[in-house]
Amino acid sequence: MNLKLWAYAKEIGIVLVLVLLVVAFSVLTPHFLTVSNLFNIAKQVATLGIIAVGFTFVLITAGIDLSVGYQVSLSVVVCGFLMVNLHVAWLLAILLTLLLGTAVGLANGLIIAHTGVAPLIITLSMMMVLNGVSYLISEGLPIIGFPKDFSALSGGVGPGIPMPLIVMLVVWAVGVFILNYTVHGRYFYALGSNVEAARLSGVNVKMNIILVYALCGLFTSIGAVLMLARLNSAQSATGADLTFSVLTACVLGGVSVMGGKGTMFGAFIGVLIVGVLDNGLLLANVSAYIQLVMKGCILAAAVIYDTMSKASGDRVKRMKAIGAEN
Amino acid sequence: MDARAMKREGSEAPFASPESALLSLHGISKQYPGVVALSDVSLEFRQGEVHALIGENGAGKSTLIKTLSGAVDPTSGWIEMDGKKYHGLTPAQARELGIAVIYQEFTLIPELSAAENIFLGDFPLIGPILDRKSMWARAAELFARLGVQIDPKTPVQGLTTGYQQIVEIAKALSRDARVLVMDEPSAPLTTSEVEAMFDVVATLKEHGVTVIYISHRLEEIFRIADRVSVLRDGKYIRSLNVVDTNKSELIRLMVGRDLSETFPQRTTGPGEVTIQVRNLSGNGVRDISFEARRGEILGFAGLVGAGRTELMEMLFGVAPVASGEIHLHGRPLRPKDVVSAISSGLALVPEDRKRHGVILDLTVRDNISLPLLRRISTLGVVRRRRERAVADKYRDALRIKTPSLSQKLGNLSGGNQQKVVLAKWLAMDADTFIFDEPTRGIDVGAREEIYTIMNDLAAEGKTLIMISSDMEELLGMSDRMVVLCRGRLAGTLTKSEFSQERILTMASGAE
Repeated sequence: MNLKLWAYAKEIGIVLVLVLLVVAFSVLTPHFLTVSNLFNIAKQVATLGIIAVGFTFVLITAGIDLSVGYQVSLSVVVCGFLMVNLHVAWLLAILLTLLLGTAVGLANGLIIAHTGVAPLIITLSMMMVLNGVSYLISEGLPIIGFPKDFSALSGGVGPGIPMPLIVMLVVWAVGVFILNYTVHGRYFYALGSNVEAARLSGVNVKMNIILVYALCGLFTSIGAVLMLARLNSAQSATGADLTFSVLTACVLGGVSVMGGKGTMFGAFIGVLIVGVLDNGLLLANVSAYIQLVMKGCILAAAVIYDTMSKASGDRVKRMKAIGAEN
Repeated sequence: MDARAMKREGSEAPFASPESALLSLHGISKQYPGVVALSDVSLEFRQGEVHALIGENGAGKSTLIKTLSGAVDPTSGWIEMDGKKYHGLTPAQARELGIAVIYQEFTLIPELSAAENIFLGDFPLIGPILDRKSMWARAAELFARLGVQIDPKTPVQGLTTGYQQIVEIAKALSRDARVLVMDEPSAPLTTSEVEAMFDVVATLKEHGVTVIYISHRLEEIFRIADRVSVLRDGKYIRSLNVVDTNKSELIRLMVGRDLSETFPQRTTGPGEVTIQVRNLSGNGVRDISFEARRGEILGFAGLVGAGRTELMEMLFGVAPVASGEIHLHGRPLRPKDVVSAISSGLALVPEDRKRHGVILDLTVRDNISLPLLRRISTLGVVRRRRERAVADKYRDALRIKTPSLSQKLGNLSGGNQQKVVLAKWLAMDADTFIFDEPTRGIDVGAREEIYTIMNDLAAEGKTLIMISSDMEELLGMSDRMVVLCRGRLAGTLTKSEFSQERILTMASGAE
């Protein structure tokens, strides 16, 4: 019993952080703990939450995808361009956007799996390419004037439950399912923990790496479509900060940047923490510049914690043993 | 446990007077959640003695070392040195007291010179500037004290493993080490390097340094140790004067029961050919042909670098094949394709278990089911009940000692990890097994269990290929033997032709 609780200590810890933040903001500003604001947070956080699913997969395989932010930029611009400039039916436009997102992820995965170059470098290059392509399409101008049905995607369902929240929960459930119940989910953990042993156990390493980046691309484009519906304007700068936020959310949630460790639940709590912080700091009138400083510090702290704790615990102990601390 | 009604052999080491004990442990216990690593261990080490510490994997040796180095805080008990009592040491205190540990993996920086490595963190300076001359001189002096000739200016990466180890020892001495703990020091060394290391240990002893020597190789203990202490299951068993004991007594004390000294015998004869290799070249080996049959264990002998592991990498589809053919059950095996090798019934129990055999961060169940997942899933969804049943079955069949199937594999002992590797291939119903050093790093008790499992497999009509550098194991387990020398086939021997001399001459290329 005790051992089981101990295994969830990290998750319990981040839930506590979330609760503390909610309490703190509720005290600091009266506008925070209202139904409309909470739904507002849900809408804002939906895109991040959906991208975090694929991003968590990638981190678990000991990879990283720095291009997710500009995948969002490209997706919103292309989706908007299809609907407004080419008058493509909105459902078809969404479908094509999702295909494009998957294709971009697939490209990342193919290059990483077949060349063996560090994912950091490949996806950083991809990030620049996507940024350029999205500006080529938008020519730097916002695309506006979407069909009403499309914009309604960010609206409410029934008694005002935001549609993005529902989509996020569905995608999240799919993520939990893939990671915990399918063969590939198991392979992702195996790859991230010890790629050589996984290969020698008959895991098709290349195929699973390609799959993980393709899934990340697909989920990212789903998030992008919801974001486009909420913003009602397609701009190339849309996704610029997203990579940072999603990385922060995942690492806060205990998904290790060194691979092999992390849960969907943890990542989800991480997303909520980032969402609550964004919203709460805004309501509490904290300057945008100070927010930037805080965000940087939070990511650094989360990664430092990750590095110092479990993942490299053995090495740290070892360094202690040989007296390498001075 | 109950088989401890052993007859007492040898004499108990006399309890030394407090003056002669340099370092002593009193009732040291260390508990981790769910595990007792050390329980009430009291031990003393005298000045200038070579004190061997033995025990099976999981007996508590490493925890004991870590207690001395300050990496582990004991739950209870105390350490006494220089008349002072310490309830657990910090790494800084351990260093001040002069306790140093030489680990199996060295902590040297390959690009730096021997002298720089020795004085790293404690460079001799003139003002702010590194005093290289005095650094070299002091390093040369240390090496002279140890009776070895190493040029202090040589980058460490240019030294042999044996010399690198001596640099580690010199580093410890430069910090006035009085107690030197050596953790399996002979494991990475060649035979001649081991001899040189023994000389260094003898020199250390002459200089009054206490050496705590940990080794799986009992013969070494009789060569160099004065006293030996046995740990089992985290408990202190006995300390003996080496001259008063013998190998079989030590094994009995370590294991807590009698072990049959011989290899288990098999009665079945070999059947049809399962794997046939013809003129195989690539990956550092050339023109190798052999065949292995059902029900036999085909041994592979050779010196380090003879290409045995490299050959198996080609069989298992890890490394590309330049030319030649591999047939399994009469069908050609696709080169460079692990997945198809596995689905044709091939299994690899690799030499470097931690890197290639198991995934330490995953659970016992995840490790066992990994190759099998695709087979026990419907439309990509793992049938968990099936998975649990399979893992349960092989845990029981191979008697894998683990508190639960959801235990992290890294928490298991080497022998049990090796059983998990076997379990995953048995679950796959593999029929041709490649064992690469199957008992390396595995203690005596578990070793015999592994042999029994291998024999059972052969008796069931499986084909076993076994690489081993342990001559007794090769001679005892193999039905036939292939000897490789510098990447080429030196010959194949039948059981009646086995002899250690013959194999060694062939392996060294003299025949």
